[in-house]
Amino acid sequence: MSEPEARCAATVRVVLPAHLKNLARVQGEVALRVGSERDAITRQAVLDALESAYPVLRGTIRDHVTGRRRAFVRFYACEQDLSNEPPDVPLPTAVIAGTEPFLIVGAMAGG
Amino acid sequence: MTRVRVLAGTRKGAFVLTSDGNRAKWHVSGPHFGGWEIYHMKGSPADPDRIYASQNTGWFGQLVQRSDDGGATWQAVGNEFSYATEPGTHLWYDGTPRPWEFKRVWHLEPSPADPDLAYAGVEDAALFKTSDGGASWTELTGLRTHESGPGWQPGAGGMCLHTIILDPVHAGRMFTAISAAGTFRSDDDGQTWRPVNRGLHSEGTLPEDEPEVGFCVHHVEMHPARPDTLYMQKHWDVMRSDDAGETWREVSGDLPTDFGFPIGVHAHEPDTIYVVPITSDSLHYPPDGKLRVYRSRCGGNEWEPLTRGLPQENCYVNVYRDAMAIDSLEKCGVYFGTTGGQVYASADAGDTWEPIVRDLPAVLSVEVQTLP
Repeated sequence: MSEPEARCAATVRVVLPAHLKNLARVQGEVALRVGSERDAITRQAVLDALESAYPVLRGTIRDHVTGRRRAFVRFYACEQDLSNEPPDVPLPTAVIAGTEPFLIVGAMAGG
Repeated sequence: MTRVRVLAGTRKGAFVLTSDGNRAKWHVSGPHFGGWEIYHMKGSPADPDRIYASQNTGWFGQLVQRSDDGGATWQAVGNEFSYATEPGTHLWYDGTPRPWEFKRVWHLEPSPADPDLAYAGVEDAALFKTSDGGASWTELTGLRTHESGPGWQPGAGGMCLHTIILDPVHAGRMFTAISAAGTFRSDDDGQTWRPVNRGLHSEGTLPEDEPEVGFCVHHVEMHPARPDTLYMQKHWDVMRSDDAGETWREVSGDLPTDFGFPIGVHAHEPDTIYVVPITSDSLHYPPDGKLRVYRSRCGGNEWEPLTRGLPQENCYVNVYRDAMAIDSLEKCGVYFGTTGGQVYASADAGDTWEPIVRDLPAVLSVEVQTLP
């Protein structure tokens, strides 16, 4: 079986934190069609697709203006912390293949 | 029959408390937006079923929710609060310049005439306006870009624009208050602003005798029938202006302490006002563990404690600046919420009190709507 290409359309599984699930009125994972022959499947592409499908999430994960990750939001996949990876780096192969989800997590802080 | 709807914003969600005109039995709805801080909720005078709510967490930032059915259901509306011009800097606590940065919406003020028009006061201090029911927000830049702006400093709670008053008589006049810059007035619908702080003092902290800005105003209220009179609870001092903010004089009088956060005005008696004295700026709880609202029937200076139904021992809660509200029934009701999660109501203008609820999360704001 060949590895999925970063430059092709794929369905990416996204797990939202509980507050954002409530806000987007979804349960369980969100499946997003991401990427094309021209555009790689990156964190930025996934978040663009997520915000396009659920506009209410705009501004809750990354800043409206700068696009920077909000300080207490983290990104994980395949047991790796991807939070500080550049947003235009292709996501892990397993995420692109749909065997692993892309996790958006509220950082542990406060009460 | 007339009803009242109390909107309580708390540290962990929103609650809608409703009662008939007797205000004896209450129905509690909530938490709405559980787990989120609700800094403020306010209904539109033009359409009481239209309610705006400010929803925020440190994790996921700012949202604005809107209800069109009196708080039964909600929809998130626009949450982009972008400064319209180069933000520039204000002063940080240590006196160094710090870039303006949006953090949260402290106060929402719907228009009395148009349910789709509302103003938002935000931290770092700026004023925004929506004309489409909250779908989009545009900054009225004249306030933030006032020439005194680079000298503004935050209060302990942040550099928040927490008070917005729309003058019901003088067209185009509005007031805002910023902690710890002071009070500002516009006479052109918010396009241009000037500080109106003459007579305020912050002894020991300001190098000039009469600086234009630099005052930790906690809250300002106006009675709509007497729009030139403003009442202010400052960090210390209860103040009054009878010339639309041009000059202020102290009316703390015989209060046990003049530190506090909220101030309220009776619905039918413009000279009857309410405060909740707090021990000091370092002890944010009532003196002697006794929760007392103080009422003046002569616009200040002479105050009476209102204690019936309020805890008079072992009470160490605070009452935040936007956590007092007054309904407009004939015998007007007074409401306030505490950091201990109680919302107290008086159906007789403060003579007696009862808790509507006792165990909410810390109450950040209380508003009330008088409904037909």
